[in-house]
Amino acid sequence: MRFGLNRIDRVGVVVALIAAYGLVAPFALFRANRIVQGEGRSLLSALPPSLGVILLAFSVIAIVMALLRLPLFVKLLTSLVMLAMLAFAIGSAAGFLTPEGNNYARVSPGSGFWLLGAAFALLATDCLARLRPPPWGRIAILTATVAAITFVLTSGLWDGLSIIKEYFSRADTFWLEAGRHVTLALGSLAVAAVVGIPLGILCHRVEPVRSAILNLLNIVQTIPSIALFGILIGPLSWVATNVPGAADLGIRGVGMAPAFVALFLYSLLPMVANTVGGLAGVPAEANDAARGVGMTDRQRLAQVELPLAFPVILTGIRIVLVQNIGLATIAALIGGGGFGVFVFQGLGQTAMDLVLLGAVPTVTMAFAAAVILDAIVELVAPANAGRKEATA
Amino acid sequence: MIEIDAISKAYGDVTVVDNVSMTIEAGSITVIVGTSGSGKTTLLRMINRLVEPTSGSIRIDGEDNGAIAPHELRRRIGYAIQGHGLFPHRTVADNIATVPKLLGWPQDRIDARVEELLNLFQLDPASFGPRFPHELSGGQSQRVGVARALAAEPNLLLMDEPFGALDPVIRAKAQDDLLAIQKHFGTTIILVTHDMEEAFGLADRIAVMDGGRLLQYATPSEMLASPATDFVASLIGTAERPFRLLALNPVERAVEPGAAEGKPISADASQRDALAELLWSGRPALPVTGKDGAVAGRVTVDGLLKQARPA
Ligand SMILES: Nc1ncnc2c1ncn2[C@@H]1O[C@H](COP(=O)(O)OP(=O)(O)OP(=O)(O)O)[C@@H](O)[C@H]1O
Ligand SMILES: [Mg+2]
Repeated sequence: MRFGLNRIDRVGVVVALIAAYGLVAPFALFRANRIVQGEGRSLLSALPPSLGVILLAFSVIAIVMALLRLPLFVKLLTSLVMLAMLAFAIGSAAGFLTPEGNNYARVSPGSGFWLLGAAFALLATDCLARLRPPPWGRIAILTATVAAITFVLTSGLWDGLSIIKEYFSRADTFWLEAGRHVTLALGSLAVAAVVGIPLGILCHRVEPVRSAILNLLNIVQTIPSIALFGILIGPLSWVATNVPGAADLGIRGVGMAPAFVALFLYSLLPMVANTVGGLAGVPAEANDAARGVGMTDRQRLAQVELPLAFPVILTGIRIVLVQNIGLATIAALIGGGGFGVFVFQGLGQTAMDLVLLGAVPTVTMAFAAAVILDAIVELVAPANAGRKEATA
Repeated sequence: MIEIDAISKAYGDVTVVDNVSMTIEAGSITVIVGTSGSGKTTLLRMINRLVEPTSGSIRIDGEDNGAIAPHELRRRIGYAIQGHGLFPHRTVADNIATVPKLLGWPQDRIDARVEELLNLFQLDPASFGPRFPHELSGGQSQRVGVARALAAEPNLLLMDEPFGALDPVIRAKAQDDLLAIQKHFGTTIILVTHDMEEAFGLADRIAVMDGGRLLQYATPSEMLASPATDFVASLIGTAERPFRLLALNPVERAVEPGAAEGKPISADASQRDALAELLWSGRPALPVTGKDGAVAGRVTVDGLLKQARPA
């Protein structure tokens, strides 16, 4: 068997480089208290000696395996084993580095941990992408991943880590803000769908309206979020003081209302544009046939145009949902709540762990939303396969 | 009866249907032929108002089609679209069921009708009913398109090149079925085709279009006997004329007294078939059997040759 360049996997090279660098970078950060600068600890000094050596040895083997063209299942298994080991190792690093009985000291993952994690997560995603699991398979994998993370979190394995300590000191507000974050992201999406889809239909049917509305929404999209909040404070304060009952509904110049309105405004363009695009993509013959068999305009819309445009509209919903989960972080700036609260508090206190307490759940949610909606988009597509071929 | 009265359609400066008038008898088959772009589809679509005429009017059984709400007019008229125009997101069965559903038929009647039509077009209902259009061949799609047009048993059927994608065997079968349906229900059919064989085989009357104008509207034998223009003559095909004429008439009209040897031919077979049989078998004459099965006389090569010219 020749060991030539053609046996080297290209993604494997990237994985190997990142992982190799991760091995020499600090594995964990130790801080005497939560806001001082941390000092890095290498892989071998952050872990109990035997565990450190085992992790090092496994990492080297895994890097070599990543480089070779092995069956995808083998590589996937390797990367999953490595991710599990890393999850375990960082938990025990916390216990190992924290002096007995010290409540101020903080241990957090160092760049080495993140790089190793990123490298093997990349390997795992690459294998999964190449294995092309069907939509349901992807949702199952996502569910399994969430279950694994939940297990690690509830097992107490990571309780010594600084981010978890931050969580424990804020457990109540964490779930409150989580609820607000979801309300902001999903609520504004729902309203944007209810308004945007009919608006898209209108744009499709009435040509002169189309460019006017799309241009206006394009302009809204380019307003920076902070500026949009500022613009909204005036009108919403006015509504709060002048419309009876508005204030009782929580409408104020600051708080959740302007954040909600801003997210809604940002969501409109993708919703309207995708509805218009989806309707425009309906094959002319299908519309012609619908007229020919005697459908009224409304029947044609409900029975032919919307079903055929649905995958594209769903893609718009996916864009909006992922975008909103990220953007909802900004709501904290004007007292709208959400995970952004932790991010901005953390930035203010230069407490990175607090920033992560806000950022990590946000990124996780956005990622999960993308996986789920991509799967749904694919699930509804087969009925339209003929149309895809026709327009391709 | 359909009365097309001085109908014209212009897109901008271009007149694509130019002052066409014709009267189509109820229960007849009219075939429209002509070069590509001559306005056949446009003329057809003005009947069910998918295209609004620039001027002129169309009356269906005396009623101006402009006075009927377009969607109601179209539910009454079967329309087999050029190409097939199936809904890509609906199964074959649902495609065929479209008009009956719009008309509010009960579900069991719809199911029975769909199955009947699929069988009629030689598509196994169990296998084809649940399929999506992208899972069909071109010829199968076309048959489903025609089945959809027939679903609600319309009195008037507009068909735009309905059999173009079918192989010769299935096409002949589909044409026979269409004739049978037409005889049985007395359906008025207007059919567009590029296939002159099909036109002469199906038509009670043929309309020839060129550049938006109706050059000739006549029965097949009139058209063979006296084509209105050179264009009509060339469309019929000069070399094909005697054979088309023979194909139009039954053996019955060429029967002579006398006896002949061998396998007999039926009196209602076409004269072209009789001539083909004579030439191929090398016999001088064929016995002819009447409807009762008894020999009614014979048909000879010379006798047929006399029939191959207009009287
Ligand atoms: N919506 C339209 N706008 C402008 N021109 C049109 C339109 N529809 C049809 N035409 C033109 O009208 C003419 C006649 O078209 P039509 O579809 O009736 O032809 P046809 O005889 O059915 O041709 P074919 O045999 O190729 O189907 C063509 O030149 C076509 O380009
Ligand atoms: Mg045409």
